[in-house]
Amino acid sequence: MPSVKRRVLPGFSLSLGYTVFYLTVLVLLPVLACFSKAASLTLAQFGAAVWTERTRAAYLLTLGTSLVAAVVNVFLGLLIAWVLVRYRFPGRRLMDSLIDLPLALPTAVGGLVYASLYAKKGWLGRYLVPLGIQAAYSRLAIVLVLVFIGLPFVVRTVQPVLEDLEAESEEAAASLGATRWQAFRRVILPPLCPALITGFALAFARSLGEYGSVVFVSGNMPYKTEIAPVLIVARLEEFAYGEATAIAVVLLAISFSMLVLINLLERWSRGSEAHV
Amino acid sequence: MKVHSWSCAVLAGVLALAGTAHAADSLTLLNVSYDPTRELWRDLNASFIAQYRKDTGVTLVIKQSHGGSSSQARSVIDGLEADVVTLASFIDTDAIAQRGLITGDWARRLPNNSLPYTSTIVFVVRKGNPKGIKDWPDLVKPGVEIITPNPKTSGNGYLSFFSAWGSVVLRGGSKGDATDYVTRLYKQVPVLDSGARGASTTFVQRGIGDVHLSWENEARLEVEEAKGELEVVSPPISIRAEPHVAVVDASVDRKKTRGAAEAYLKYLYTDAGQEIIARHFYRPSSEAVLKRHAATFPSLRLFSIKEIALDFPDAHKQFIAEGGVFDRIYKPR
Repeated sequence: MPSVKRRVLPGFSLSLGYTVFYLTVLVLLPVLACFSKAASLTLAQFGAAVWTERTRAAYLLTLGTSLVAAVVNVFLGLLIAWVLVRYRFPGRRLMDSLIDLPLALPTAVGGLVYASLYAKKGWLGRYLVPLGIQAAYSRLAIVLVLVFIGLPFVVRTVQPVLEDLEAESEEAAASLGATRWQAFRRVILPPLCPALITGFALAFARSLGEYGSVVFVSGNMPYKTEIAPVLIVARLEEFAYGEATAIAVVLLAISFSMLVLINLLERWSRGSEAHV
Repeated sequence: MKVHSWSCAVLAGVLALAGTAHAADSLTLLNVSYDPTRELWRDLNASFIAQYRKDTGVTLVIKQSHGGSSSQARSVIDGLEADVVTLASFIDTDAIAQRGLITGDWARRLPNNSLPYTSTIVFVVRKGNPKGIKDWPDLVKPGVEIITPNPKTSGNGYLSFFSAWGSVVLRGGSKGDATDYVTRLYKQVPVLDSGARGASTTFVQRGIGDVHLSWENEARLEVEEAKGELEVVSPPISIRAEPHVAVVDASVDRKKTRGAAEAYLKYLYTDAGQEIIARHFYRPSSEAVLKRHAATFPSLRLFSIKEIALDFPDAHKQFIAEGGVFDRIYKPR
């Protein structure tokens, strides 16, 4: 099999060259620097830095809240994308542009705003806290801001696919006697699946590394609401660069393996769709 | 074409002239400092620049950089060319010195152990002090909520920790008593903000907590801005905060700015400098100026870090760093 077929447009080697160069400078080099800094530790030091009761609690919290937030985002994002694509109503365009706001807003601002809304004396907190709902300075608070931050990713990946999906296919399904649930499950969902998984992966990955917003709403209580990036900052504060990057490396490894897993899942879902 | 090259030459000449003129009577210094000192340095710089111009004919431009104290120290270590560093804690300045950028026994180079001013940790309480908080033991009374930033990520945070610790052991308590005390204290901290700014927002804007542990100068500003909603309470004993100042030898030698940088830091000890410092609620090192502002600075027993540890880095290692006393407070079970 020839490696490169003849294309309409020339420039394969040039564009590949650029791609490799940019990926190296922007992604690979910083990651390598991170690994080499962490390698300044002995194996025992590395272990002591990354594997304590406290760091384990932080990894679990970071992973758990990111996962929950990404799952919530899949449902919310699909719903919002559906509404934006399939219905015409006044204010739709405004709503559409609001979706990208979490990307533009400095995340610290997001965190501060959420904290002030849900704290004991905030607009919403004054009603929620008496009901026993602590939506600031708790794990719930972390999930809330992560949902906020990850929302655009799911909406923006699902939207174009949904736009390509013609309403006729649903009508055909209905006229062939499919129930609403069957039409959704058998006709609409399969082509959306890869986009949903991609959106999930993006939202999840974004949440794993989030620091700015979370520190303002979580309360940072060790073992309870202390996310892994806070531990990195804490070690930097001791000028313990090696230990700080060691924790970063572990986070990086976790995120990377998660992303690989999700990629496989996405490929598998595309494959199974082709067989239907 | 000819005109073009001619004008180019003129332009180059003018630029060269401007360049030399620039070098002759203007000089730029970079002061890397920490967060709440913006207003302090704005006033000090204006006053020093005028004085320096009168003395030497040189017009100084002083650039300021502000941020979290230890992240500022890391910037300098990583190559930010500060002429002087005026950070919140000995630990941060010392970290720079350990990388060889500041040399020798730097703390001895300027009067009063390179401390033109000091400060301390005091309490900010709600109007009328409803929980009756006067002293350290009052903090751990049932139902009192304390706001203080995370000692792991904030200089303000660890200073408050040291102060709480000292308040027990320097009044005859044992280390065990002190451990019990700080454990109870941090159990009553509902939110551990990552920095002093965040803790202040939590206490003032969110209305969370009964007492906020804060640097004296920041406490004063916080109360001033709250327009009667908050009060400062000075406990009878507290730690002496030591924001050292130092010339960064590696930078001033390379930039040939040592003379100006040293004059700048010496100016802080003059009466004019000390007066500005006192007006910004930092405790001046000059006894005379301190006495003049006695109303602003209630006398309390300011203990030195050396009374509870060898020095600041040692205290940080014992109490705050990985595996220290602070880590054990939160250990589940």
